[in-house]
Amino acid sequence: MSNTKPFLNRYQTYDFVNRNPVIKNKVDVSHGTVLYMEGVSISFDGFKALNDLSLYINDGELRCLIGPNGAGKTTLMDVITGKTKPDAGSVYFGQTIDLLQMDESEIARAGICRKFQKPSVFEKLSVFENLELSMQSNRGTWVALFASLNSEQRDRIDEVLEIIGMTALRFQSAGILSHGQKQWLEIGMLLMQKPRVMLVDEPVAGMTNQEIDRTAELLLSLEGKHSVIVVEHDMEFIRSIAKKVTVLHEGSVLTEGTMDEVQNDPRVIQVYLGE
Amino acid sequence: MLLKYFGNDKEFGFVLLLLAAVTIIIPLCNLIFSTGSVFYFSAYTVSLIGKYLTFALLALSLDLIWGYCGILVLGQGAFFALGGYAMGMYLMRQIGDRGVYGNPDLPDFMVFLNWKELPWYWLGFDSFPFAMLMVMLAPAILAFVFGWLTFRSRVTGVYLSIISQAMTYALLLAFFRNEMGFGGNNGLTDFKDIIGFSLQSDNVRALLLMSSGLILIAAFMLCRWLVKTRLGRVVTAIRDHESRVRFLGYRVEMFKLWIFVFSAILAGLAGALYVPQVGIINPSEFSPLISLEIVVWVAVGGRGTLYGAIIGAILVNYSKTVLTGLLPEVWLFTLGAVFILTTIYMPDGLVGLWKSKTGGLNHE
Amino acid sequence: MKYRVMCPVRMVLWVLIFGFIKPAYSQLDEIDFIAPVVGQQEIEKPTYSETILNLKIRSLSKKGQAIERLVTFQNPQTINILQALADGYLFESREYGSIVIASSKENQYAIVLAEDNSQLGLVERSAIKKIKINNSIRSKIRRLIAKLHLNSVDPNLRLLAVKTLSKAINQDSLNILKILAETERDESVLDTLQLVIALDKLKSTDRLIRLEGIETLKEKTSLEAVNRLQAIIEQNSNGQFLEADTEVRKQAKSALVKIEARLQVYQAAETVFFGFSLGAVLVLAAIGLAITFGVMGVINMAHGEMMMLGAYTTYVVQQIMPHHIGLSIILAIPAAFMVSGLIGIVIERGIIRHLYGRPLETLLATFGVSLVLQQTVRSVFSPLNRSVITPEWMSGSWQINDFLSLTWNRLYILVFCLLVFAFLLQILKRTRLGLEVRAVSQNRNMAKAMGIPTGRVDAMTFGLGSGIAGVAGVALSQITNVGPNLGQAYIVDCFMVVVFGGVGNLWGTLIAGFVLGIANKVLEPFAGAVLAKILVLIFIILFIQKRPRGLFLQKGRGVES
Repeated sequence: MSNTKPFLNRYQTYDFVNRNPVIKNKVDVSHGTVLYMEGVSISFDGFKALNDLSLYINDGELRCLIGPNGAGKTTLMDVITGKTKPDAGSVYFGQTIDLLQMDESEIARAGICRKFQKPSVFEKLSVFENLELSMQSNRGTWVALFASLNSEQRDRIDEVLEIIGMTALRFQSAGILSHGQKQWLEIGMLLMQKPRVMLVDEPVAGMTNQEIDRTAELLLSLEGKHSVIVVEHDMEFIRSIAKKVTVLHEGSVLTEGTMDEVQNDPRVIQVYLGE
Repeated sequence: MLLKYFGNDKEFGFVLLLLAAVTIIIPLCNLIFSTGSVFYFSAYTVSLIGKYLTFALLALSLDLIWGYCGILVLGQGAFFALGGYAMGMYLMRQIGDRGVYGNPDLPDFMVFLNWKELPWYWLGFDSFPFAMLMVMLAPAILAFVFGWLTFRSRVTGVYLSIISQAMTYALLLAFFRNEMGFGGNNGLTDFKDIIGFSLQSDNVRALLLMSSGLILIAAFMLCRWLVKTRLGRVVTAIRDHESRVRFLGYRVEMFKLWIFVFSAILAGLAGALYVPQVGIINPSEFSPLISLEIVVWVAVGGRGTLYGAIIGAILVNYSKTVLTGLLPEVWLFTLGAVFILTTIYMPDGLVGLWKSKTGGLNHE
Repeated sequence: MKYRVMCPVRMVLWVLIFGFIKPAYSQLDEIDFIAPVVGQQEIEKPTYSETILNLKIRSLSKKGQAIERLVTFQNPQTINILQALADGYLFESREYGSIVIASSKENQYAIVLAEDNSQLGLVERSAIKKIKINNSIRSKIRRLIAKLHLNSVDPNLRLLAVKTLSKAINQDSLNILKILAETERDESVLDTLQLVIALDKLKSTDRLIRLEGIETLKEKTSLEAVNRLQAIIEQNSNGQFLEADTEVRKQAKSALVKIEARLQVYQAAETVFFGFSLGAVLVLAAIGLAITFGVMGVINMAHGEMMMLGAYTTYVVQQIMPHHIGLSIILAIPAAFMVSGLIGIVIERGIIRHLYGRPLETLLATFGVSLVLQQTVRSVFSPLNRSVITPEWMSGSWQINDFLSLTWNRLYILVFCLLVFAFLLQILKRTRLGLEVRAVSQNRNMAKAMGIPTGRVDAMTFGLGSGIAGVAGVALSQITNVGPNLGQAYIVDCFMVVVFGGVGNLWGTLIAGFVLGIANKVLEPFAGAVLAKILVLIFIILFIQKRPRGLFLQKGRGVES
């Protein structure tokens, strides 16, 4: 009788339920580079969205991408996350993982996560549930059926709620959040996934100055633990976080360097200000 | 009183208790009271209510896939009919040599077609457990194949609705063919026994109603548990923002497939319970119109609530019984009007309407 | 000298004058002097009208003689009389005692004099007595009529005559045909003549003539030729060949192979034609949907009922003008367009307008509309099928040869389908409405900002799509039953065609319709009609998995849903 008791404990979870996610090819960053894009081209009805673009992101680096509208920033993220397949070129995650052979969910499971330009949270679910769904765990259907949170996972959610400042809002449905709060929640969802690479598309759009500062702080704190690629139009914000900036123009890399170098580059000035 | 045990989910509890009451009281009254009594329910009424309960189960299955996963399947009737045919085949085998032609091995229609032996896919249907397995397996396999093909290639929205309609239409045409070996146009009928008991007896009818009710209640509770698991939340998330779920690393097609197959199994069970109570299964159950009617039940009740689907199925079918009895011409007008008015003025169904008027039970 | 010179000239003149006058004289002579003998001649060779009266004679053999004598008169009325006799419309009038041709008219009979078609008015059935004949006389009459027709100026009549004669050929008629073959210019008549003659040659005891016949038959596409050649190479039960000569058998075999090869081409041509005609029906039915679903994105489940209304409009127009069937079909086209179009506009303004951006709800609401429309028609017209009469110029078929005939109504529908398609394409390309429709479908908000009345454009577009469906209904009324369920039968097919072709692509719809039509007809001989349909459905379901956006997919950033 005493032997069966642990089995009847409803809070008991078993190893087979909460297995750690298995990634077949562990990311090989032996050369210090986590993301390779080489000669990537893609065109939509004759319009070249990306034109022979090559870009390398180092492990743990925080990289900012800037460029005028139509430079191909969002398309670049689409290619990395598998939403769009390029016509030519190669995209590798570490030394070995060919991202072009994988679909969106495989890429996400491999450790590349994305925050969208338009905040994309699950509006019918609560803040807590949004984070729970994003939590790094086995993504199988049967596992999801019997999954329950262990204390470690609850702590992790609480931690992230703390980071994004939504502890008080945890049981609110995400639909009623403000635009800025949704942005934060989505960043929180990214954190829950513990990704190797984070793609962050326009994180501060619709935020107050105070919120922008906190976002900058948060992104800077991620440096070293994750590789982060930030796309943003707000130059002030870029200046506050950027070590290295890449400028895109007409689907390829125009120049790379520190913010100061880039801002003084005559080609960049020409692209932004015109003749 | 009793409702307080259900905490925040009073509507769920209310419908559950109602179903339990129907399941227990009606068969009991039918058995205890004699024909003259006010409490007596005729055999007709018992069968009718039993039929409503199977429809409620069918609506529940559609609500799971449509209300929670956002996939409007216009071919749910196909799973229902497949379950029904599996049950019908078992009942046909039960007839034995009591058919018109008195052939102990072959059902009447096969004798009529001059078939010499039972087709391979009829083998095993003499056994009740095997038939019950097929009741669930046949719809599950169809759902798996169809879902695996469609979800993997990301066919969504109206495209999926339309090709699911094409699926049931193709099956309708196929089952009309005599060569298929399912009785063609006439389907399977003239059943005699189920597990050795006569289908004509009051007791068996009452028991069938009771089992329909019990299975409905079990399915209802299972579904409610399901939508509250993480799987349920992933499925709801897929409904609201499919691509985001994919970017979180979930294999959306697998979740869709899981819920689709589960829903098909429920629909198959509903079909299996339906056939012995109405005494016939024929290809018309595959017709696209039937599948659309199921959608109306769920829409009228209110989708994405589970109990709404049950209420809707029973209400719409009750009105159908009343109206087709009184004014047969008016029924299609009514059904058409219900379609139009529900979608325009009552997108969340009766449940939504009632909630917005009263604020729901929780605020009383 | 002068006289002498004139003399030969005068001689010629005299000869000429005599030449004219002499016969005149001789005629006069005959009339004047031989007149008494005329009576005798009348007994042996009666006049035309007397010969006609001879038909009254009971004896069938005498009747036969009278008929044969009738033909010897070069009177054009003979054909009519013989035809009436063969068809049983030749009567004897009890009142006048003369032979009349009668036609039934409201319980009475209108009679005309057989000899000259002069009207004799209406009489009761009892006032006339049928001229009876038997079957052998009837077939004799048919042959005689055919012979008379052989000289007709109308090549169609000649063709018919040749065919009639060839059914029971004898040496006499064969000779006539051979003579005719030498002068015949019309190709199809000549072709048939050669066929008949060649078939006869097969009967010859001379193997060279038989070979000659086979040589001709090689080039002929005729069921009769195939049967006869088949007979040549067959063995009887003892294993002996019916045809003793090896060479003849060999030739017959090679001729058969040649004909079979041509036959397969014709069969393929026929399959393709049936495929195209089914495709035309599918395109007609789907093209309205290509507008409402493809261009506007509205899932209109009541589309089939728009076709049904078009078909019923045809029926009503025909009821209004029962004596002008052909005209009624023409008039029904604009009428159906108006009826279905207006109802479409009402549906759009009343229901669909509230549901833009909610495709699944639109699907359900329009399905409700379809139920209401069906039941309305059922209540107004009864649930039974109504029959729409096919005008004469659309019935029958175009018989190309024994193995290939194309029905006119299908041909007309094929042409009609292409016309409707061209018309629609022009509207979308050339008109202001078309421009606005395309603008709204591409970017509703931008179009609104540009001052395009999007609401009105939506209504007009939906009306156009529904109107076209109504027009399709007119065509459908010619090939299928007009009943409340007419639309239901086509709705799944319509969606399949539009989805298969690629939503929003009119050309895709056209090609998809024809491809599916042909696929259906190609599969039919192997799989049967129902299974062919199921196979096509399964094919489309699988196809959509591979190319979710149809045959002609659109690419680009805007496509993302």
